Amino acid sequence: MASQEVKLIGFWVSPFVHRVEWALKLKGVEYEYIEDDIYNKSPLLLELNPVHKKVPVMVHGGKVIVESFVILEYIEETWKEGPLLPQDPYERAMARFWAKFAEEELLENAGIALCSHGSQKEKAVKSTIDALEKIEGELKGKSFFGGEAIGYLDVALGWISYWLPVWDEMSSMQLLDPMKFPSITTWKNNFLENPVIKENLPPKEKMVVYFQKRSKELAPAMASRRHA
Amino acid sequence: MGVKFGPVLYIVPGDICSSTCFLTFPGFLCPSISCVSVTVTMAEEVVLLDFWPSMFGMRARLALAEKGIQYEYKEEDLVGGKSQLLLKMNPVQKKIPVLIHNGIPVSESLIVVQYIDEAWSERYQLLPSDPYQRARARFWADFIDKKVWTSGHQVRSSKGAEQEAAKVEFMDSLKLLEGELGDKPYFGGQNFGFLDIAFIPFYGWFHTYETFGNFSIEASCPKLIAWAKRCMERESVLKTLPQQHKIYDFVLHVNKMFGLH
Repeated sequence: MASQEVKLIGFWVSPFVHRVEWALKLKGVEYEYIEDDIYNKSPLLLELNPVHKKVPVMVHGGKVIVESFVILEYIEETWKEGPLLPQDPYERAMARFWAKFAEEELLENAGIALCSHGSQKEKAVKSTIDALEKIEGELKGKSFFGGEAIGYLDVALGWISYWLPVWDEMSSMQLLDPMKFPSITTWKNNFLENPVIKENLPPKEKMVVYFQKRSKELAPAMASRRHA
Repeated sequence: MGVKFGPVLYIVPGDICSSTCFLTFPGFLCPSISCVSVTVTMAEEVVLLDFWPSMFGMRARLALAEKGIQYEYKEEDLVGGKSQLLLKMNPVQKKIPVLIHNGIPVSESLIVVQYIDEAWSERYQLLPSDPYQRARARFWADFIDKKVWTSGHQVRSSKGAEQEAAKVEFMDSLKLLEGELGDKPYFGGQNFGFLDIAFIPFYGWFHTYETFGNFSIEASCPKLIAWAKRCMERESVLKTLPQQHKIYDFVLHVNKMFGLH
């Protein structure tokens, strides 16, 4: 079953797509990448993911799997060499917990901070920093979240090493202060030095142009967004 | 030897005693023929911090019941104020359920259910074996949290156009879940499993949603109601799910306390 054909539908700048690509490449799984313009979604994407209509979408031997964390677990269970998740049930639960936490508290608030202004931006920046502090605490002393080698949580949080600094710089938010977050800073460098990761990142200049345009487009929606 | 045997200490003649007692030292043969021993290890301690109407807490209770795991249930009064234990065991989110297994906490309901499945893997299996079926179960459980919970919450806490929009989203979500169920007795197929556990707690809240939203779930999703009633025949579900009217009364009580609606 593991030897069947793998296709991945993605969008070049999506951090969710990249975490799936990193997992596949770290495991040495061959796949065909299909680029989809999420602003002009293909009939194929809408057919394969009618519920959420989003990338990434993985197709393995005709089976369709969507939602990046669900895909990561599927990859882990299908290609057992080079496990990304720890063996111990408690360590696995912790990896899943922090992945969910970072998605809901860090990624969500960083996105709002990027696209909003004034007091809304200030609040989002503060929430982002609070979340970073918790992640710094979780990382302390380790080269990677997984210990000595890249694992599930590094892949899940990998966007912090590359997307967050871009947003930080664009928006002058001063989120990733190396004095405040020494462990995250060291981890960031370790992560980006990995050959699989280094060779699978979107071009930075193109990213800045994309997010500058996108943050302007999203700003009015952010302004009218209700506070949680 | 490693036999789990509570806090009681016995020494066996001729055996290596790994616990201290007044007669011998750990690792030495016991000289006494009148003693009987086993290695003393801590009994498994499982505690669940929970709140009775929480559908997320119910998931943890169901998983423990299906696995036949003995545990201590500790009620958190989330309306009155969170306990020191909760704040210590889940300092990041400060939410229930928190499963404390031999003193170590695990939180987030779906993560707790998966942990229970993996830590007691020799017992009744909650997630299917096949990776693709597991992915489907995880996908729909995530869908329930993102779409069903959110829109359900809106149905019971908003009015007017906002409530109407929430009702549409809620029913559309339920119809998609009914499609996933198909003609199977359970979401897990022949066996009650992870996705059934993820969703059945919401059945306890259906009366509340229907009353606040003035609509009938059975009218649009008869197969889902049939599935829910089938689940209610399981002892674990019958013992775990509070009666629907009790949840409704609880919501009315909270709304009154906080001056809502």
